Amino acid sequence: MPILEIEDLSVSYGAVHALSDVSFTAVEGQVTAVLGANGAGKTTLLRTISGLVHPRKGTIRYDGHQLEKMSVEKIVRQGIAHVPEGRSVIEEMTVDENLRLGSLWRFGRRERGAVIDEVYDLFPPLAERRRQHANTLSGGERQMLAIGRALVARPSVLLLDEPSLGLAPIVTARLMAVLRDLTSSSNLIVVLVEQNARSSLSIAQRAVVINLGRVVVCEDAAKVAGDTELRHHYLGY
Amino acid sequence: MQFFLNITLGGIATGMIVSAVALGLVLIFRATNVVNFAQGAMAMITTYVAYDVLRKGANYWLAFVVALAAGLVFGALTQVVLIRPVQGKSPLNAVIVTFGFLIFLEGVAGSIYGSTARNYPAPFSLSGQKIAGTQIAFSPFDVFVVVAVLVLMILMMVLFRGTDLGLRMRAVAFAPEAARLLGVRVRPLLTLGWGLAVAAGAMSALLVVPTSSLTPNFMDIILIYGFTAAVVGGLDSPVGALVGGLVTGLSLAYVGGYIGGSLEPMAALALVVVSLMIRPEGIFARPAARRV
Repeated sequence: MPILEIEDLSVSYGAVHALSDVSFTAVEGQVTAVLGANGAGKTTLLRTISGLVHPRKGTIRYDGHQLEKMSVEKIVRQGIAHVPEGRSVIEEMTVDENLRLGSLWRFGRRERGAVIDEVYDLFPPLAERRRQHANTLSGGERQMLAIGRALVARPSVLLLDEPSLGLAPIVTARLMAVLRDLTSSSNLIVVLVEQNARSSLSIAQRAVVINLGRVVVCEDAAKVAGDTELRHHYLGY
Repeated sequence: MQFFLNITLGGIATGMIVSAVALGLVLIFRATNVVNFAQGAMAMITTYVAYDVLRKGANYWLAFVVALAAGLVFGALTQVVLIRPVQGKSPLNAVIVTFGFLIFLEGVAGSIYGSTARNYPAPFSLSGQKIAGTQIAFSPFDVFVVVAVLVLMILMMVLFRGTDLGLRMRAVAFAPEAARLLGVRVRPLLTLGWGLAVAAGAMSALLVVPTSSLTPNFMDIILIYGFTAAVVGGLDSPVGALVGGLVTGLSLAYVGGYIGGSLEPMAALALVVVSLMIRPEGIFARPAARRV
């Protein structure tokens, strides 16, 4: 069973240690929530997995491959999709063009229509706006588009950075429900970075709590959610 | 009335050439987000290459193709050697590099070919036609100019709107990091963008040179008009480049015809100022993103 395995990962920006000896594994069909305060190193962790940042030491293994020395483009081709913070849709393109772009490296012209339609089935509001430019979408729709654009290439690992940021609670809840259903019905590995610990713990099976670049807890999500002291101390609720 | 008609036709012909220059600028801006001040000078170099090919006895069309191919290679090399090191840094870096390259290229051309004006042949007649007994200032070469620029425009629209390659190129231009995360190989696309733009520039220079003459700085004034057109039409819109070019060409023709030719550059400046005041993003640019 392929797992995403991170071992002793350390990342520095000059003299600043963003991550120190981070180790954890993320398993198929599960959501692994990565939690922690602002500046804990959560975004750096995802950027390192997808190759945008190079680690000082440590390994990232997935399905028999060492990812830490690969280029971003090659890591994408191992089936690892990263949805960065801030709903990074391309505003100058239409919804349809954004999705098509996501499918290009993976699918030929013939198959593309079908995989894009699957995303429209998953997120119906996007289907109504397929010819509109992405800058006309609401925050929730943009997040749907960003996630849909990652899913269109049928990834095996989905890295999500703060998908609930700036969204209304009801939109967040809907998004989390889609993610939960998607993970449980497939072999997808989801690594979900969130400041909104409550909503991400509600769909996660595993939780990794990071503080100042170090893993403080790596546990079942239910246990973390039930540990009042830990929640008060690191997750702020 | 006939004077007005002739000025208008001349303005359209000039406008189409200006459009072609603007199109090259737009192509580079869309593909790599860099404003290329050396666009005219690079096209001047490819025109000298075509001139040498012609002098060796080749026919016009062979020289035409050689100039375009030279533009493609020259643009790609320039991107790799000069632009790549400043890509992603402050936009001012790229401005200084391309501006310096303009001065360098004109110096090199001057030291090789001297500043003597040379004649470059046209593939069709340059003199106006008599239609229904009236002399019309629109030559067969002007028709060729209009057709060539329209073909270039259509090819660009098809590339950017209708092909996967164009979709990738736009993605790289607008959001390089997001494009990489979607598996787009960024580097070769930036190189290709420059190659195509300089090839378009090479074509525009070939359309200018028969009615001007070949010197190291023959593209300078046209480049300024090209910038005017790109600003009027919107730096990221190919249709804007065409319309901006026509607006610029016609404005210059009316100012030149009714007031005086020496005021033409001033008219271009006035056009830039007015269009920046009324619609700073250009007529055809989409309005800036609205945060929701």
